[in-house]
Amino acid sequence: MKQTEGMTLIVKTVTRISVWLILLYGIYIILHGHLSPGGGFAGGVIIALAFLNVMLAYGRNFIKRWVNIGFLHDLESSSAALFLAVGILGMAIGGGFLANFISHGKLFNLLSAGTIPVLNIIISVKVSMGLFVVVWTLSVFHLDKGGKEE
Amino acid sequence: MPVETWLIFILGFMILGSIIALELKDLLSAVISIGIVGLGVSLAFLFLQALDLAIVQFLFEIFALIILVRAFIGKEYHIQEPSRSHIVQSVVTIVVLLLILVMSINMFKALPSFGHPIFSTAKHYVENGGRETGAANIVTAIILDYRAYDTLGEVTVLFTAILGALTILRTKKSNGLAGGDNEAN
Amino acid sequence: MIVYILCFTLFLVGIYGALTKRDLIKIILSLGIMGYAVNLMIILFAYKEGGSFAILVKDGINSNMVDPLPQALILTSIVIELGITAMLVALSIRLFQKYKTFDITKIRRLSG
Repeated sequence: MKQTEGMTLIVKTVTRISVWLILLYGIYIILHGHLSPGGGFAGGVIIALAFLNVMLAYGRNFIKRWVNIGFLHDLESSSAALFLAVGILGMAIGGGFLANFISHGKLFNLLSAGTIPVLNIIISVKVSMGLFVVVWTLSVFHLDKGGKEE
Repeated sequence: MPVETWLIFILGFMILGSIIALELKDLLSAVISIGIVGLGVSLAFLFLQALDLAIVQFLFEIFALIILVRAFIGKEYHIQEPSRSHIVQSVVTIVVLLLILVMSINMFKALPSFGHPIFSTAKHYVENGGRETGAANIVTAIILDYRAYDTLGEVTVLFTAILGALTILRTKKSNGLAGGDNEAN
Repeated sequence: MIVYILCFTLFLVGIYGALTKRDLIKIILSLGIMGYAVNLMIILFAYKEGGSFAILVKDGINSNMVDPLPQALILTSIVIELGITAMLVALSIRLFQKYKTFDITKIRRLSG
């Protein structure tokens, strides 16, 4: 079980600094999705890659100590329901399913475009958590199988 | 150089990379050669002025590479030598596909030439998108405002695909995600 | 026109791989190649001569935009493709665990 404990000290130190920059970049991409290229899908994949970076550098046990994987899966499942809830709110307030019921604001402002940033954030949570949980399950499955056969 | 010349160059590289990826025996080299194709698509999106797509395709390629390497480049997988495909079958397939390619050239001649789009439905979105939704990025305005119902369906499909992967991978003795039972052994 | 033909050739390479290869991993890679070719083809159809990106700029007007609608459709398609790739990988790992091989002809024979 030597390999599952992560990589060398150099990789760990670099990861400790660079993960926060990657997360920051992902959040920037998500929040500016209605002004510049990017959006919920791209930002979600970036955040999943940041989690993946920690998992590859520090090993699976480190992630399991800090994050509850079941909670991530719950977050992913509930964000799909949240998307639906925003749509039904639009039906109640704006008069149409998924209508843009918040005020549009001024063009080129960060806080503008009504429900678009909200939906961007929901989609990013969904994509990032879903992809990370899949990769996590793939790697854990690999470990189980190797342990069983030998 | 015009855009078309660049695209021909990139597409040539992508075809070469895909053939190499399919014909190589070594799995790691094949997966890396698929990277040529995916990053070539990302570069082509940049030349075609699809910036959102270029970012998403780039990240997609990295993620797919990590998944494939993580899953397949294991210790015992590459020991198994898959049997070579039948030579007659390959030759027949190549001949039929070449025939399809030659016969389809007439169809591509009938299309308007490159740079003159067929679609003209999006004029309303381009002209009124900024005023009606308040978003400067028209692509985001379309996927989250004009056609948000489409995106809801997409989120559902993604959710189902991920749920399917988790269900397939679930081990028998665990009663939830595979993460919980790892401490026992 | 030659760009369209090259893109179609890429799609045909994917079909060739999916039809003749017997390795499950190679089949997954061929499906990926076909997906790339289809995505690229739709964006190629939408390109306008001398067009620019579909984002409004702050000062000045960005008049000659490319068509944003196909881009929005392909954006969702790419992400779905990622989920499907993950699911295919999971399925083939399960098959390997059961049959100890990636060769589809042997898998068919073992199923009885």
